[in-house]
Amino acid sequence: MERPIIQIESLKRDFALGTEVVRALRGISFTINKEEFVTIMGASGSGKSTLLNILGCLDQASEGVYKIDDIMVKNLSGNELANIRNKKIGFIFQAYNLLPRTTALENVELPLVYNSLFTAKQRRELALEALHRVGLSDRLHHTPSQLSGGQQQRVAIARSLVNDPVVILADEATGNLDSRTSYEIMDLFQDLNQKGKTIIFVTHEPDIAALSKRIVLLKDGRIIKDEPVQNFLLAKNILSTLPKED
Amino acid sequence: MRAFLTMLGVIIGVASVITMLAIGEGSKNSIKEQISSMGSNMINIRPGTDFRGGVRMDMSSSQSLTYKDFTRLKEKSTLISALSPLVNGGGQAINGSKNWPTSIYGVNTEYLKIRKLEIASGSMFTEANIQASAKVVVIGKTIVENLFSGGQEPIGKMIRFNNIPFRIIGVLAEKGQNTFGQDQDDVILAPYTTVQKRILATTHLQSIVASAKSEETATQAVEEVSKIIRESHKLGEADDDDFNVFSMDELITTFSSTSQMLTILLVAIASISLLIGGIGIMNIMYVSVKERTREIGLRMAVGGKGKDILLQFLTEAVMISITGGIIGVLLGMSATSAVANLLSWPTAITAYSIIISFSVCVITGIFFGWYPARKASSLDPITALRYE
Ligand SMILES: Nc1ncnc2c1ncn2[C@@H]1O[C@H](COP(=O)(O)OP(=O)(O)OP(=O)(O)O)[C@@H](O)[C@H]1O
Ligand SMILES: [Mg+2]
Repeated sequence: MERPIIQIESLKRDFALGTEVVRALRGISFTINKEEFVTIMGASGSGKSTLLNILGCLDQASEGVYKIDDIMVKNLSGNELANIRNKKIGFIFQAYNLLPRTTALENVELPLVYNSLFTAKQRRELALEALHRVGLSDRLHHTPSQLSGGQQQRVAIARSLVNDPVVILADEATGNLDSRTSYEIMDLFQDLNQKGKTIIFVTHEPDIAALSKRIVLLKDGRIIKDEPVQNFLLAKNILSTLPKED
Repeated sequence: MRAFLTMLGVIIGVASVITMLAIGEGSKNSIKEQISSMGSNMINIRPGTDFRGGVRMDMSSSQSLTYKDFTRLKEKSTLISALSPLVNGGGQAINGSKNWPTSIYGVNTEYLKIRKLEIASGSMFTEANIQASAKVVVIGKTIVENLFSGGQEPIGKMIRFNNIPFRIIGVLAEKGQNTFGQDQDDVILAPYTTVQKRILATTHLQSIVASAKSEETATQAVEEVSKIIRESHKLGEADDDDFNVFSMDELITTFSSTSQMLTILLVAIASISLLIGGIGIMNIMYVSVKERTREIGLRMAVGGKGKDILLQFLTEAVMISITGGIIGVLLGMSATSAVANLLSWPTAITAYSIIISFSVCVITGIFFGWYPARKASSLDPITALRYE
């Protein structure tokens, strides 16, 4: 099933820094279909985060076309953008960005709080289900300070899943984690992708990128390479070769 | 803890508003109550400046009121239900080895009704006693306490006032202090004729007291009384009154407006502390918005709209001020009862004072929380997320 979820064309993003103009994106085009698992790679400053922020409707392109789930994202009001973020997108950050002093369950419920269609009971049910999917059913009432980095990132992933978005965007989601935990998170992503989630993932690490199905390589705001991953690996298999800690 | 410190301003503000209003209201009530217990329909006629001799005389020594004025009033007035002459003099009351400085009031039998006095034991003197200028007295409780040792029956005993012997025929029921701190039980009542002849040696009256038939007609009664006395004094159109007529209504109005002003002043002071409390809230909300910039960014990233964020911070500000308000109301109530118990001041907590200070709290929260909340809601999601 080749249904396009994300379509961008000649996307440009300029930042005005005083009198200077920083051209972070200089014309980017690609289409990402449903159930794809794409990694965006590139050197620091190549425009990865800028691109992901635009895809996540946190930022708007200076020029070019962006369609998500057949909705044209252009000249939309702040409220309309908030609505797209709320219903179509799940965002995962390098720094987890969980609410402190708030339980895992309540953190996961947060996106649904801003959707008036859900009752408190439905929120609770969906959050429980999402936490179950990331394997944290036994940590529902822990606050972020009582969870490890990997567990916090799982809560963040549960939060990105809870509104059943059309795409999950992750900006260096494994950047703060050790390699074993990173592979565990990648295993989770592969599993989610297997079950039909579209994932776009930003990383620096080729090892991690190799666990996706397609790699887009950026350089100075342009795509210099966009090809499928040849020998697709399963994170599960890599994990089994790693020495168990304890 | 920090929130509590912020609330402190609001707490103190609300508590003082409640306490101040309770004290203001309480004193207003007690003044009203005491004035009307003195006889709210009471009308007091005093001699005024006498111009006829061409020399202004001191009011108290003026002799413009006479028994003739009293009889004229008695005959002609239609709006008055009780009327009594009043002559009084100070002196020493003596019973054996005990003595007590006090005043003797020469009145007639209707005086009890005018001043709302009651006889506790014995009886009031009679019209016949007045005709005869009898040396009989009715005394107040303070006199009993100071001239008779515990338990001794005063009725029928003789006491001397300024060396003139009087027989006690009645004791008045206790009345306590009036608004001005005067002991209303420190009185000796005697027939006015007796006081005029035997103590003051005068034929004039120091004043005439009367009771209007009802509170509603008190003002008309005052006018009627003035008219009758002007006639009695044969004053021409151009002449000023040589007497003064007071009604208790005027007194009540004067006192209420004084205590009203006091209340306004107290509330103004308390409002300043509420204002300071509000600024405290604004301050903590600013700090809170700054500290939680990333949280705001995240909430926006998962779909929170500007108005959601605005509402969240506004609610928080209002919650702080309402919590402060509740604590303030409780504190104000206990401070009020402390004032009532320790200083035995009259107090009255009114529902409106609680409602007012509470709404002021909510308004303070909204007003001072608005700007920081507005700032939070207008943040750009990415900038907020990147904020360190
Ligand atoms: N708000 C901004 N204002 C000005 N310049 C910006 C802004 N955001 C990004 N840039 C610039 O745009 C370019 C791309 O930045 P971006 O954050 O997208 O890089 P990146 O690929 O994510 O790098 P990293 O791997 O270090 O996260 C950089 O040169 C950066 O300085
Ligand atoms: Mg980046």
